[in-house]
Amino acid sequence: MAKPAMASHVHLTLWTNEDFMADIGESLLQTPLHAQHVAAGARMVPFGGYDMPVQYPTGILNEHLWTRENAGIFDVSHMGQAWLVGPDHETTARALEKLVPADMLGLKHGQQRYTQLLTDEGGIIDDLMVTRPVDPAMDGKLFLIVNAGTKEGDYLHMAARLPADVRLERTDDHALMALQGPKACEVLARLAPEATEMTFMTGRFMEIAGIPAHVSRSGYTGEDGYEISVPDERAAELWDRLTADEAVKPIGLGARDSLRLEAGYCLYGHDIDTRTSPIEAALNWSIQKRRREEGGFPGFDRIKGELTNGTARKRVGIQPEGRAPAREGSVIATPDGREIGVVTSGGFGPSVQTPVAMGYVATEFAAVGTDIHLIVRGKALPAKVAALPFSPHRYKR
Amino acid sequence: MSTTRYTKDHEYVRVEGDTGIVGITDYAQSQLGDVVYVELPAVGKAVEKGGEAAVVESVKAASEVYAPVSGEVVEVNGDLEAAPATINEDPAGKGWFIKIKLKDAGELDALMSQEDYDAYVKSIS
Repeated sequence: MAKPAMASHVHLTLWTNEDFMADIGESLLQTPLHAQHVAAGARMVPFGGYDMPVQYPTGILNEHLWTRENAGIFDVSHMGQAWLVGPDHETTARALEKLVPADMLGLKHGQQRYTQLLTDEGGIIDDLMVTRPVDPAMDGKLFLIVNAGTKEGDYLHMAARLPADVRLERTDDHALMALQGPKACEVLARLAPEATEMTFMTGRFMEIAGIPAHVSRSGYTGEDGYEISVPDERAAELWDRLTADEAVKPIGLGARDSLRLEAGYCLYGHDIDTRTSPIEAALNWSIQKRRREEGGFPGFDRIKGELTNGTARKRVGIQPEGRAPAREGSVIATPDGREIGVVTSGGFGPSVQTPVAMGYVATEFAAVGTDIHLIVRGKALPAKVAALPFSPHRYKR
Repeated sequence: MSTTRYTKDHEYVRVEGDTGIVGITDYAQSQLGDVVYVELPAVGKAVEKGGEAAVVESVKAASEVYAPVSGEVVEVNGDLEAAPATINEDPAGKGWFIKIKLKDAGELDALMSQEDYDAYVKSIS
């Protein structure tokens, strides 16, 4: 049980190599909630350039199950928050549509959408959430949340491609926390009653216990919940208020990863990257009809072709039939030994109580129920292509 | 009367007669977190000191367990398959992995005593 070996496996699961190189070359950043994590006894690890809690003393399994049954709070302040600011909604939305394949023009007031920044070849530079403010007086602004490890590159990419009348304003002085789980609504409503009025994938400003916040009803766990952006200097106060609720426990990156894997969500740098298109990644649902027809986004020719003719490979869920987890990088083969793909995320699903994975397979093997083998430590383990998510989504529609 | 020896990789071997009972230490299980899967060798397999003897997987990570001593695997803890969390709950007791018939009791001399291991863990944590 060499400690370096343990550490390197943790790297494989949690970080891209790029993250790791960045982490050892630079000093780690801290979120405004760092002291809260340390005081709670969290085990801190480098992630995306930040010193982040991977787990608290109760451990990943308990944190995962607590979130599915009660409410978990996650510090996601390492993620990038920014506003696109232009003269009116149409101008700003059209500027963003030149970079992403989702319908931004058609966003309603307060509506949030998931999309991807694409390379000219249709590869995924990052995935992000975009919210149009409720208040018509804020038309021309769109709120963006991007990944931690990619945010600097994303901002450079966007800034270089925006028209003169649309600018990117980073919100580096704001923390972000996610409150997730079936009790998230009642917990937040105790401090901000209007939280109950929100529906899934909408966002709005509100005060939570007197703290000004931008709140969206969304998340990365498959459960109902909220993502809450607050000024850095009020973050610890809000975290303390929320964790004082007996339904709430702090949850680390370890359970965040197992929750999102059960929910079938992609982790950037693992399940999607510049070498994968949204269609290969089975993110077709995130490209609305008008964009499929009109195009006008990077990689449109490829994506249009893929929508018409299909792709050579496809991201699928994978259900190992035994008890052994198959980790990222495990080769996927046919039962007669032909290599057909690779696992991009894999581990144990605490709620489903079995190993779970996702990965890419040649499309002829992508049908749910297809028998496959996963090569783990030289052994071929039987598995089946499975429907995603593993754990049913429970959103407030 | 039994003696327990430790490796720097956080395996223990508890010697009873000519048999060594091998597992991972409490420190190791605390570092790993919740164990969800264990892969044990076949009974009869010859293991070499320092060679891979088993695999233990937590929610997040897979780790190799190395044989602290050479010899033949004479028994494996089959209960772990259905209850891998036993390794977290009772690593030194019910959470043992394998029993090895010692090939060379002299190998034990190179391993750490309880006192040395405790000091070692203190120095790295």
